[in-house]
Amino acid sequence: MANLMYWQAIRRAHDEEMTNDPLVIAMGEDIGVAGGTYKATQGLYEKYGPERIMDTPISENSYTGLGIGASFIGVRPIIEIMSVNFAWLALDQIFNSAAKVRYMSGGQLTAPIVVRSPGGTAHQLGAQHSARMEKVFMGIAGLRVVTPSTPKQAYGLLKSAVRCNDPVFINEHELMYNLKGEVPDEEYFHPLEGSDIVREGSDITLFGYNISVHWSLQAADILSKQHGIECEVVDLYSLSPLDRAGIKQSVSKTHRAVIVEEAEAMVGVGSEVMAIINEECFFELDAPPVRVSAVHVPIPFNHKLEQAAVPDAKDVVKAVLASLGKS
Amino acid sequence: MLSTDDKKRLLQEMLFARRFEEACYQGAQEGKIGGFVHLYPGQEACAHGVFKAARPGRDYAITGYRDHIHAILCGADPKAVMAELFGKETGSSKGRGGSMHIFDVEHRFMGGYSLVGGPFPLATGIAKGIQLKGDDDISICFLGDASNNQGTFHESLNMASIWKLPVLYICENNLYGIGTRIDRSTSELDQYKRAAVYNIPSAQADGQDVETVYEAAKIAVDHVRSGKGPYFLELMTYRYRGHSMSDSNAYRDDKEEKEWAKRDPIKILRDRLIAAGDYTMDEYKALDKKLIAEIDDDIVKYAEESPEPDVAELEKYVLADNDPYVRINLGGGAS
Repeated sequence: MANLMYWQAIRRAHDEEMTNDPLVIAMGEDIGVAGGTYKATQGLYEKYGPERIMDTPISENSYTGLGIGASFIGVRPIIEIMSVNFAWLALDQIFNSAAKVRYMSGGQLTAPIVVRSPGGTAHQLGAQHSARMEKVFMGIAGLRVVTPSTPKQAYGLLKSAVRCNDPVFINEHELMYNLKGEVPDEEYFHPLEGSDIVREGSDITLFGYNISVHWSLQAADILSKQHGIECEVVDLYSLSPLDRAGIKQSVSKTHRAVIVEEAEAMVGVGSEVMAIINEECFFELDAPPVRVSAVHVPIPFNHKLEQAAVPDAKDVVKAVLASLGKS
Repeated sequence: MLSTDDKKRLLQEMLFARRFEEACYQGAQEGKIGGFVHLYPGQEACAHGVFKAARPGRDYAITGYRDHIHAILCGADPKAVMAELFGKETGSSKGRGGSMHIFDVEHRFMGGYSLVGGPFPLATGIAKGIQLKGDDDISICFLGDASNNQGTFHESLNMASIWKLPVLYICENNLYGIGTRIDRSTSELDQYKRAAVYNIPSAQADGQDVETVYEAAKIAVDHVRSGKGPYFLELMTYRYRGHSMSDSNAYRDDKEEKEWAKRDPIKILRDRLIAAGDYTMDEYKALDKKLIAEIDDDIVKYAEESPEPDVAELEKYVLADNDPYVRINLGGGAS
């Protein structure tokens, strides 16, 4: 097992997939000569050249569409969008072309692209660089959405996404590229569907994804040590489709649920998970499920305001105690 | 130069296209075809002349929603195209696409798309794929003048130019973006000049004369196929019907329509063949009668009698079936 940073794991997946298949290419702003804003393609321009590590103009919608068109004839593009906030500009091509082409062609054509992009609130980047957009992508039929919480997932999910025949959006996080973790030395493909139980517990289930898995684990630790509450933590690395069976299984065991998300509650992951709990195991519940989410505001610049806008482990602890009637 | 046989074949194909589209109009009027239907009459010389100069079925083609004839010219079965308009399981997209989304990937017709300007990057990306594979195919993108006011036009032409991609942009300039005339929406009326600013060779030609289109397209196709990068060809044309079936066409005056009708692409070619002594009006009338009968008795009937898709298959084609990377941990153990 190698101990890699999240960005190194993503870089390794690029390198292996590009070695494996000459039609795998990477494209995006500053990914080549400049080495990538988050180093995900560092050194690969020198290794694979400008035709396969493509520095694109700042034209998100059309370079994404260009990748989609190339994928129609066998190319497997890994498209980096430097910040998920810029992905708004590419939604036309991702939603109208990539996600719908298999359906509207009656199965004749498919767009096996990967779009990777970091979202999330980082350090005072302001309203237009702090979006959390996973909820937007989740609602689109024909598109898979995954979001890695560890370097191992970042590596294995990207490798599977490249080989999968569906378009896949990978939601990364600006604050997680330097996160360290173990990645298998041998080649590894992570399943694109499902969820992982990352901590077993019997009292309550915390559902997280991406960075909120870490808040949930921190909260579970505090709750166990200080309150004797054993939380089960479920990592929803696949946001579309959501793992209905996994959600049902855990809630049926613990009978309580808290959904932890960095995004605003409105029309979000939490609301979807709550709906699934409602549909699948309502009568198993001992308490109403609770969401820990961001405040419904554009992310402010001021550091204190920024921190107040998004949740953290302390908010998860409070929500769990409230759910168990201990606050 | 086109031979007399070539010209006769083009006349037959253009007349077929005209009658096919009129049958679509009829089907829509009768309520047998739902949704939006964008028809091609008036513009036939554009697609026919370009495909005559290219390798239909082998070169990749893509277009907007006015797509029936482009698909057929690539090799799509007209029965499957008509059945698609009728929403049938036998349709080219199995009834899931409709008039605006005809696809025939086997014949490299990469689809009709209904977001104005949407195919620009797709066509450019197909060209990127061709370049990576090292093939001598080209990617042909047919769109209207109004799509040049989308960002995708500028963004795509810029990338095609910097990477010298084998893509041919055909602008069928029919002077209207839905119901807005070009001089009310567009600061530069000559579209080929707009391509030129991206250092892409470009030209403008009469889109009503199929021989002129063919000659201009041949230069364009040869340029792109020889590896010199993209080319932009503007064809001046006119559509006889409204933008789509729901369009009353009230924004155009009769005088303009009559002027353009004088330059009908089918009449131009027919009268030229007759004047040269290679064809007769009787032959033309017999051909017309035969095509109308074939479309009614064969194509429309097939579409009408075909089965509808099974509602039980509503969710088919959303995602790939049984993709191994979806569920299986491969190597490395469970996470």
